Amino acid sequence: MTEPMKIRVTLQGDVADVRVLMAHPMETGQRKDAAGKIVPLHFIQTISAQLNGKTVFNADVSQAVSRNPVFAFKVKGAKTGDKVVITWTDNKGEKRTDETVVRAAGS
Amino acid sequence: MHDTRRTVLKAIWAIGVLASAAGAGLLSPVRAFAAWNKGAFEAKSTIDAMKALGVANAEDSKAIEIRAPEIAENGAVVPIDITSNVPGTTAIAVFIEKNPFPYAGSFDVSQGAVPYVHLRVKIGESSPVRVVVTAGGKHYMSAKEVKVTIGGCGG
Repeated sequence: MTEPMKIRVTLQGDVADVRVLMAHPMETGQRKDAAGKIVPLHFIQTISAQLNGKTVFNADVSQAVSRNPVFAFKVKGAKTGDKVVITWTDNKGEKRTDETVVRAAGS
Repeated sequence: MHDTRRTVLKAIWAIGVLASAAGAGLLSPVRAFAAWNKGAFEAKSTIDAMKALGVANAEDSKAIEIRAPEIAENGAVVPIDITSNVPGTTAIAVFIEKNPFPYAGSFDVSQGAVPYVHLRVKIGESSPVRVVVTAGGKHYMSAKEVKVTIGGCGG
């Protein structure tokens, strides 16, 4: 099964600075394993983020994203204690959702 | 007689399949983006990918900031920070021109996100990183060259 995402959200004024680390091999379909066989394509395709249940950020990505992807984005109108939920889906239909809360800057 | 009955049964079955397909569509999350754009992601050149996304008419803009290393010693993990200062930016698309499939992804910032994104990408060989932003139905682009050194010795 997939590992949980590491999500960190800090507040700068009313802007939530969201950083997320996802555990995923992001195979390009071009790499060969030790036995010389091509490792099939396996990569995250879509990412979406919700703030208190409302979708605020979407991404569609390719296998060009590095292994164990890191993304950062910023969302307006957030406050301490708001819930942030992030979901990814990959090309094999695997899916993972994790959540955290917005922390005050410096805490 | 039998033939007619079979045709009717087939028709009823087909309607059922269509109905369940429509149901599945309704259940999927609402997305501002169209579905994952296979045509763009499988395009082998930036221009073909841009055409598939409908952004091929992008004009050059200095209002897009691309922060990426000039020389990346490890092409497997190249950090890129993009900030769009184009007013009303709704989407940011990234292309790595010399990669086998240049289109790396799009980021929808139309629903409350700031027009900024940080991502880390694989760059196979030295290549321009091209960014296209969408604002008010128009498209703007900028590019930054990233050199990738294979030996990892900074040379």
